[in-house]
Amino acid sequence: MDQEKQKKAPIYDSLIRFDKMRVVPFDVPGHKRGKGNPELVKLLGEDCVKLDVNSMEPLDNLCHPISVIKEAEELAAEAFGAAHAFLMVGGTTSAVQGMILSSVKRGEKVIMPRNIHRSVTGALVLCGAIPVYINPDCDERLGIPLGMKLADVKKTIQDHPDAKAILVNNPTYYGICSDLREIVKSAHDHHMLCLVDEAHGTHFYFGKSLPVSAMEAGADMAAVSMHKSGGSLTQSSLLLTGPGVSSGYVRQIINLTQTTSGSYLLLSSLDISRRNLALRGEETFEKVIKMAEYARQEINEIGGYYAFSRELINQDSIFDFDMTKLSVNTLRMGLAGIEVYDLLRDEYDIQVEFGDLGNILAYLSVGDRPRDIECLVGALSEIKRRFGKGETGLMNQTYMEPQVCCSPQEAFYAEKESLPLNQTSGRVCSEFLMCYPPGIPILVPGERITDDILQYIAYAKEKGCSMTGTQDIEIRQLNVLKEVI
Amino acid sequence: MELWFSEMHTKDVKMSIRVDKQLYSGKSEFQRIDVFESPEFGRFLILDGYMMLTEKDEFIYHEMITHVPMAVHPDVKKVLVIGAGDGGVIRELVRYQEIESIDMVEIDELVVEVCKKYLPQTACRFDDPRLSIYYEDGLKFIRRRQEEYDLIIVDSTDPFGPGEGLFTKEFYGNCYKALKEDGIMINQHESPFYQADAEACQRAHKRIVETFPVSKVYQAHIPTYPSGHWLFGFASKKYHPLRDLDETRWNMRGLHCGYYTTMLHKGAFYIPAYVEEMLKDVE
Repeated sequence: MDQEKQKKAPIYDSLIRFDKMRVVPFDVPGHKRGKGNPELVKLLGEDCVKLDVNSMEPLDNLCHPISVIKEAEELAAEAFGAAHAFLMVGGTTSAVQGMILSSVKRGEKVIMPRNIHRSVTGALVLCGAIPVYINPDCDERLGIPLGMKLADVKKTIQDHPDAKAILVNNPTYYGICSDLREIVKSAHDHHMLCLVDEAHGTHFYFGKSLPVSAMEAGADMAAVSMHKSGGSLTQSSLLLTGPGVSSGYVRQIINLTQTTSGSYLLLSSLDISRRNLALRGEETFEKVIKMAEYARQEINEIGGYYAFSRELINQDSIFDFDMTKLSVNTLRMGLAGIEVYDLLRDEYDIQVEFGDLGNILAYLSVGDRPRDIECLVGALSEIKRRFGKGETGLMNQTYMEPQVCCSPQEAFYAEKESLPLNQTSGRVCSEFLMCYPPGIPILVPGERITDDILQYIAYAKEKGCSMTGTQDIEIRQLNVLKEVI
Repeated sequence: MELWFSEMHTKDVKMSIRVDKQLYSGKSEFQRIDVFESPEFGRFLILDGYMMLTEKDEFIYHEMITHVPMAVHPDVKKVLVIGAGDGGVIRELVRYQEIESIDMVEIDELVVEVCKKYLPQTACRFDDPRLSIYYEDGLKFIRRRQEEYDLIIVDSTDPFGPGEGLFTKEFYGNCYKALKEDGIMINQHESPFYQADAEACQRAHKRIVETFPVSKVYQAHIPTYPSGHWLFGFASKKYHPLRDLDETRWNMRGLHCGYYTTMLHKGAFYIPAYVEEMLKDVE
């Protein structure tokens, strides 16, 4: 990476130049540099609102970049070691969908772990591909899904040699990585593309002592959430491609669903964050790792909590661990993760990323200070003192093997009927059901509903997990296929 | 030559003190530290632009934060002081012979060094053999203590900046845990007057009320703090600040103060109606 070149930020510079030109706007957006919406200016500040402008000659066009956006994409590609980088403004969801829609068509198979994000299942409905799931290994004690075992990947590839692509989480929400280099190798040996959901792995490209990144491992595409550990604005993201992928075709796919009014607030934030990462990423993430390690040590000293880290590594389903992630298991204290999550917010004004049945995840980043860590640790110690119970038999998130009866697209658009939850056992579901966060599907359209699944839904509801995706917001009813398959 | 120090008490209110000269300016890991000399207030200490103390009026704050609990608790042996890098609280505490040990936890060592050099009026008793100083985060220190102290004095900066964590519920909860069964916690409680301060004051009160069975507020008049009207929190597991006040015992000690008297002690808990209402709103 050429450090001197990475000091440039072409979109940012072009916006500054544009601002100085004092152009009279007779184009959209209609707020006209905020003058038409004083309340918005008061909230966001004049400097921010006046840069909310439209694509135009001096600022390039996201749908067909030829100048500053093109240059910014090239710089991003170089910084991330990719053949091409696309700046994305529809969240990492749009980057994930771009990857899948570029790789598989209706009726084609794509291999993936079950602990995928909802953006993946959404993409399957859009393109009509058929998912082949790999059971992610599960840690019984922590109740969390892990990475894929290499042997499982190889066997699935052998059983489905006609699959076009394999998708890998690098890392999972909890920071767990599969053996990406070997998975890429197996995929390529069988002429499959390897797609990587790196929503939680932006920093892998810049930190030392962090797991391998998708591009370094030789993957074909990666969706990178710059707005998570990268520091850009919410909803901005990157789609990276390797040398074996046609960037022109990917651009066409992206343009099918991407806005034609890409926000320059988002684009400039991507540009500036890429520069920060390229110039200072290494020291930044060293600091984050240090803070996370300190927090783990302090939290583990409280007792009752287990803040886990690299000691979990087993060379297979936990091939590597992202030390910036601060996941804390709460089961030994007799509290569900979601209960601790709620207590932190309601009692201590601390918002953590998520709580599931057994764990909470505190997201650490460049923006954290040691004294904030002290608040979190102090609050956890208080929660133990005030609310801690003995270890109880909390139900773990055990893996429920999905029974795929038809493609998600077919099921989603099929004739369906709405049934009360308790009458759905044995039927084929036509909608999504996610436990969110962390957004891992319980049901995907086209899958058979079982008693185990219904029991899990009841338990997660009782524990206060947020369940989403279904037409009936209260989840008393589920849509199932009319046809009994 | 016109040389003035100014502090914004709100976005629209400014207080200024004429300055003779600046004695010190430096930056620690945590904050910017300045010491000035002035004709009216003598020397004064500024952290991150905010007034901490002046030689002229510091006695009010330090006496009120120390002697009020000492006149209530019958047997203080072990004290924890959080913050207090200027030494004012320590100076008042060491006047009590029955105190056996004082732990002082200050996050910023440079504040102590600067005060020793430029503010000997407060930083004068750091050599007392009963005192142990710990340079670390107060929240971290207290997490490891359990039923250890008779009295905790939280002499923090404002709830914006390094003192932020000392206004949180987890901190007050940890203080509760660190106190003995009849322990008292005193905290500087901000001002009820200007809106931003009043909100901080209310928030702190809410969190303390939720944590301690007895939680009262008392006041003092400190000319150089925003609005001049300042509050302290009296939180306790057992003792009531007025019913358990032992005037005779305290007066028998013969301690001379510039502001505190046991008569004033009683008056200080009678707070203005608007403050009472404001606090009641969150109780």
